Amino acid sequence: MAIVEVTPGDAAGAIPLATAAHRPKRRFRLGHSKKTIVGLVLLGCFLVLAIIGPIIAPYSPTAIGPLVGPPRSGSTIATQLPGAHHWLGQTNIGGDVFSQLLSGTRPTILVSFLAGAIATLLSVVIGITAGYIGGVVDETLSVIANVFLVIPALPLLIAVGAFLGPIRSSNPLIIGVIIALTGWAWGARVLRAQAMSMRSRDFVEAARVSGESAWRVIMTEIMPNLTPVIASSFLFTTLYAIGTYVGLGFLTVVGAGVDYNWGTMLFDATSSSAVESGFWWWYIPPGIAIALLGTSLALINFGIDEFINPRLRIATGGRKMRKNLGFKLRPQLGFTPVVREHSIEAGRHALRAGLGEAP
Amino acid sequence: MRLFARRIGFYLVAAVAAITLDFFIPRMVPGDPVLAELAGMKSAPPQALAALELQYGGTHQSLLQQYLHFWNMLLHGDLGYSLSLGNVPVTHIIAQHMWWTVVLVGMSTVISFVVGTTIGTLAAWKRGSWLEGLLPITTFIQAMPYFFMATLLVLVFSVRFKFFPSVGGYDFTKSSIGVNWKFIKDAIYHGILPSLTIVLASLAGWIIGMRNMMVTVRDEDYVLLAEAAGLPKHRVIWYAVRNAVLPQVSSFALALSFVVGGSLLTEIVFSYPGIGFTLLAAVKSLDYSLVQGIFLVITLVVLAANFLADIVYVALDPRTRQEA
Repeated sequence: MAIVEVTPGDAAGAIPLATAAHRPKRRFRLGHSKKTIVGLVLLGCFLVLAIIGPIIAPYSPTAIGPLVGPPRSGSTIATQLPGAHHWLGQTNIGGDVFSQLLSGTRPTILVSFLAGAIATLLSVVIGITAGYIGGVVDETLSVIANVFLVIPALPLLIAVGAFLGPIRSSNPLIIGVIIALTGWAWGARVLRAQAMSMRSRDFVEAARVSGESAWRVIMTEIMPNLTPVIASSFLFTTLYAIGTYVGLGFLTVVGAGVDYNWGTMLFDATSSSAVESGFWWWYIPPGIAIALLGTSLALINFGIDEFINPRLRIATGGRKMRKNLGFKLRPQLGFTPVVREHSIEAGRHALRAGLGEAP
Repeated sequence: MRLFARRIGFYLVAAVAAITLDFFIPRMVPGDPVLAELAGMKSAPPQALAALELQYGGTHQSLLQQYLHFWNMLLHGDLGYSLSLGNVPVTHIIAQHMWWTVVLVGMSTVISFVVGTTIGTLAAWKRGSWLEGLLPITTFIQAMPYFFMATLLVLVFSVRFKFFPSVGGYDFTKSSIGVNWKFIKDAIYHGILPSLTIVLASLAGWIIGMRNMMVTVRDEDYVLLAEAAGLPKHRVIWYAVRNAVLPQVSSFALALSFVVGGSLLTEIVFSYPGIGFTLLAAVKSLDYSLVQGIFLVITLVVLAANFLADIVYVALDPRTRQEA
């Protein structure tokens, strides 16, 4: 008598686990590739810092004080170099770089994720509507999206920010919405193309013919299949929002005198000739922080891209796979090896059997 | 030809949208900063105040009248007067600074496109080589903001090793602006670091875009056929490239918008005498007509560049010509 294990409490999942193990479902799962894991961990660190950063910051970001860093060799005068009191050193007027960096995390993350979320919502609504409904609606929405795409965003944001004034444009909600308004068009265009190709698929046709409403077809048939594309579009837009927000900070359009973001720090540093004076601790940390945050999102995006199009995976399969298979995979024309982790074992057995070895 | 008519129609719509946006930017802000500014400027010359009031319509005109007036001024090539730079027409200031930016951004974008597309092609053709392993690093470089990249280049090439100047577009003590070899040499010398910044910061996008497209195209039947027929390798690659490069050209619009934004920031780091540096100065000194004028001109130039990219696309892809 075969014993069939059933997941308890899950009515829909009443599938024998044995079968499930042999035929795993290809569902949207991240954390498969090393790149995605690195990206997720990095992003997690930044999210934690965004929450606790301003609390654990040792000084107020706006505080100025005497320079107390370790003196240079052969001198007794205190400098702004990094030291025990100020881990990342001080600015030229004695501000604590570490505290500024920590308190800069929250506005940067808040604004960019808010902008990314709003823009993605806009692009989903506009893109899928245009792609699914088609006709005049599609024409109109496409022209609007393309107009937003060709108008350069940063000059527009600078002009808007200049008229809003620094106080209003430093409000995270206002600046988030404005950045989102300039950033939705690309995602809308991608999603429109995807929705258009979905519309003519059999399962969508079937749902439509069986009398489902357009709303229901979009929500239950199209949207679930576009999840990776939407996620990728969200990450891409958030990446754009980070660059834009920090750039606006650098231009002192946002944040000047209101709060610290990493762009403001870089502006302070460059406008005080920190580069020429060799104050590397002032401008390197915020720059690296921006680049790392951006990289984390881009790495996760790589994972999603490789999920959508398995060909994109860097094709050698890594060291582990080479060890398991016993030879190095090299893609050739017309042949792109895409090996799933769980099939390695089976592949090795087959290979050994083929080579006449005992399994 | 029908295709061209459609594209021209689209760019006209985009231009009208940009101009309308430009009109509404100062007017959608509550509290009307321009009028507040007017009230606070008793010392400005009266004809400048009159010009500003004419440009922004004061309070006694309806919105539609103001809008029509705005178009009327625009069609006469009048973008108002800059208050912060001595009441000079905005068009003069823009004409003076725009060429720096156009040449800088244009050359850097072309270099970045060619180099990035080539690297992307090689990375996709030799799958599994070290080039492909470099992809995550290019992501890190791309995630750096332009102005940070500029700062690092200044640190290395101009502070540490004094190879290139870090400030300005030319040395006005040695040469004067004009079409002479001395000036051109000096301008190139000063332009290397800003240009390198833009190239490096925008390279990764082209590399990854081309690599992802090539990876898909090289599995197409016609590439396999070309290989099987024994064509020389460079011919096979060429057939794949011709097809893979099309999405690169069509994503030019998005890329250009990014690059223009980034180059504004780059100019500020290098105090480059282009339009970005002027824009920052205008924002700082609340010179509203200059801000508006610069936004409008940048947008129109970007639209023109996109139109050029469209023409290149039609030249590259015979299918678009067949339709016409």
